Amino acid sequence: MASIDLTRDTRRIDRINTAVRWVFFGCAAVTILTTLAIIAVLINGAVSFFFSASIIERLLGQPWSYEITFSEFFFGSDWSPIIEPRSYGVLPLIWGTMLIVVGSAVVALPVGTATAIYLSEYADDRVRRTVKPTLEILAGVPTIVYGFFAISFITPLIQQVFPQTGTFNAAAGAIVVGIMIIPMVSSLSEDAMSAVPDELRNAAYGLGATKYEVSTQVVLPASVSGITASYILAISRAIGETMAVTLAAGMQPNITLNPLTEIQTMTAYMVQIGTGDVSVGSIGYQSLFAVGLTLFVMTLAMNLLSQVVKARYEEEYR
Amino acid sequence: MSVSVSPLVGIVALVALVADVLYESWGWVTIEFLTYPPSRFVDSYLPGGRGAGIYPALVGSIFLIILTAIFTMFLGVGAAIYLEEYAADTRLTAFIEANIANLAGVPSIVYGLLGLAIFVRAIGFGASLIAGALTLTLLILPIVIVASQEALGAVPDTQREAAYGMGATQWEVIRDIVLPRALPGIMTGTILSLSRAIGETAPILMVGAATSMFTAPYSLTGPFSAMPMQIFDWARLPQAEFQHVAAAGIVVLLTVLLLMNAVAIYIRNRYDPR
Repeated sequence: MASIDLTRDTRRIDRINTAVRWVFFGCAAVTILTTLAIIAVLINGAVSFFFSASIIERLLGQPWSYEITFSEFFFGSDWSPIIEPRSYGVLPLIWGTMLIVVGSAVVALPVGTATAIYLSEYADDRVRRTVKPTLEILAGVPTIVYGFFAISFITPLIQQVFPQTGTFNAAAGAIVVGIMIIPMVSSLSEDAMSAVPDELRNAAYGLGATKYEVSTQVVLPASVSGITASYILAISRAIGETMAVTLAAGMQPNITLNPLTEIQTMTAYMVQIGTGDVSVGSIGYQSLFAVGLTLFVMTLAMNLLSQVVKARYEEEYR
Repeated sequence: MSVSVSPLVGIVALVALVADVLYESWGWVTIEFLTYPPSRFVDSYLPGGRGAGIYPALVGSIFLIILTAIFTMFLGVGAAIYLEEYAADTRLTAFIEANIANLAGVPSIVYGLLGLAIFVRAIGFGASLIAGALTLTLLILPIVIVASQEALGAVPDTQREAAYGMGATQWEVIRDIVLPRALPGIMTGTILSLSRAIGETAPILMVGAATSMFTAPYSLTGPFSAMPMQIFDWARLPQAEFQHVAAAGIVVLLTVLLLMNAVAIYIRNRYDPR
C-alpha cells in the first residue's frame, strides 16, 4: 500500500467514503428491487388476465370487467386459453405439476435419504470426499440435458416394459426430475445428520445398539426437521422445473392418474406460450403471468416453510 | 436395501446420462458443426454434407456470458461488500439477506417473465442480447453475492485492523487489503454461477431468444440465440436424426461448461491462500 499523507484533505476523503458506501448499498438494494419487480410484474399481469385491464389502466379510468372469474381459474377443469372454445381452468396444469412432484419425490426422497445416511454414518472420509462432489455434478447438469436424456433414454426404456407408453409421458419427466433433485436431498440431509451430536450415538451404542439401529432410530429422528426441510426444498425445485418436463412430459393439459400419458405442467405451458407468437395484451400473454404468479406463490410458500422447519432444528442443537 | 448401495443410484444415473449423450452424438460433432449455422435439413449436418451446426448459438452463448459476467461482477461484488463490510447488524440487513436467500429459490422461468415484462417490454430492449444478459444477471445474482460474501468473510480481521492502524480509511482497506485477498474466491464463485447461467434455457426462452439464428449476434440490442435454446429446438423436432444433432449440441455445451469449471478450480487451487 502507498504511504499515507497525514496532511491530506480529510473532507474529500470522507465524501469519497460516503459515496462509495452508497454505491455498494445500491448494489445490495438491487436484490430488493428484483423481488419487488417480480411481485409487481406478476400481479399486474394477473390483474390484466382477470379484469382485462391493468392496474395502471384502471387508475387512468379504464373500467374493469371481471371476465375470467377466480372460481373458473382455480376450480375449472379445462385449460384452453388460446384455442376456441376457450376455458380458463388452471387445475389440469397444477395436476400435471403435482404428478411430476409426486413421481420425482418417489425417486429422490428414498434414494437421497439413504445416500445421506450412508455418507454421514457409514462412509469413511475418503469415500465421502469422492461421492459427495460426484453426486453434486447431477445438480450442475443443465436441465435441457435432462430433457434430452428423458426422451432419448428413459422413455424408450419405459416403452420396453409398458409398450402403450406415449412419446411424451409424465413418468419419464418425473424420473429425470427425481434424478436431478437427489443431490439436493442427500447433501442437505447429510448436513442435518452430521449436526447430530456424537453423544447421542455413543449413548445408543452403550446400550448395545447396532450401527443400523443407531442410524435409523437415533440419528434419523434427531435430524428429522433438517431432513424435512431438504424434502420441501427439493419439492419446490421440482415444481419450478421447466425444460426437462417440457421435453419429456409434453404439452397436453390432462387430469389423469396414468403416468404413461402426456400431460402439461404450469412451466411447460409457459414455455409453449413463450415459444409461440403471442402479442402483448392478448389473453395468451396475460395468462403467462396468472400461471407464473400461481407458480411463484407455490414455490415461495415451500421455501418459507422449509426455512421455518430448518430454524426449529437449528434451535434444538445449539 | 443396504444404504451403501444408494449412492450408486445417483452415480449410475450420471454415468448413463453421459454415456447416452456421447453415444447419440458419436460422429456428429465435427469442425463444421462448430463453424456453420443450423439447417432444416438433417443431411447438412452429416460429415460430407453442406455443413450445418451450432455456430450462431455458440457465439451467442459466449456473448451472453461475457455480458452477464460484467454485470454480475459489479452488482454481486458490490452487494457482497456492502453486506460484509459496511452493513450494521440491523433489521434491514437481516431482511436483505433473507430476501437474497428467497430469490435463490425462485424458479428460473419466473425470472424469464420478469425479463420479458421489464427489459423486453417496459424498457424496450426487445428480444435482444442485452435483455437476455440482464435477465441471467438477476437470476445468478443471489448465488454470486453469497459466494462473494464468503470470500470476503474469509479475509482475516487482523489484516483489516493492521491497515486501519496505519491510518487507512474504510474504502482504502477494502480496495487495497480485502478485495485483492478475496478476489480468487470471488472469481471462483462467479465463474461457477456463470456456468449455471450458460446452461439455463427457460429465462432466455421467455425473453425471446431465437430458435433459428443463422448469423452470430451483431449488436447488444439485436436478436440472439444461445446453445440451450438451439438444443431445445433440435430436441423437439420429430425426425429421429435430429436427436443426434441435439446430442452433438449438448456435447459442445457440456464442454464449455467443463472448461469454465476447470478454470474456476484452477483459480481456487492456484491462489487459495490457505
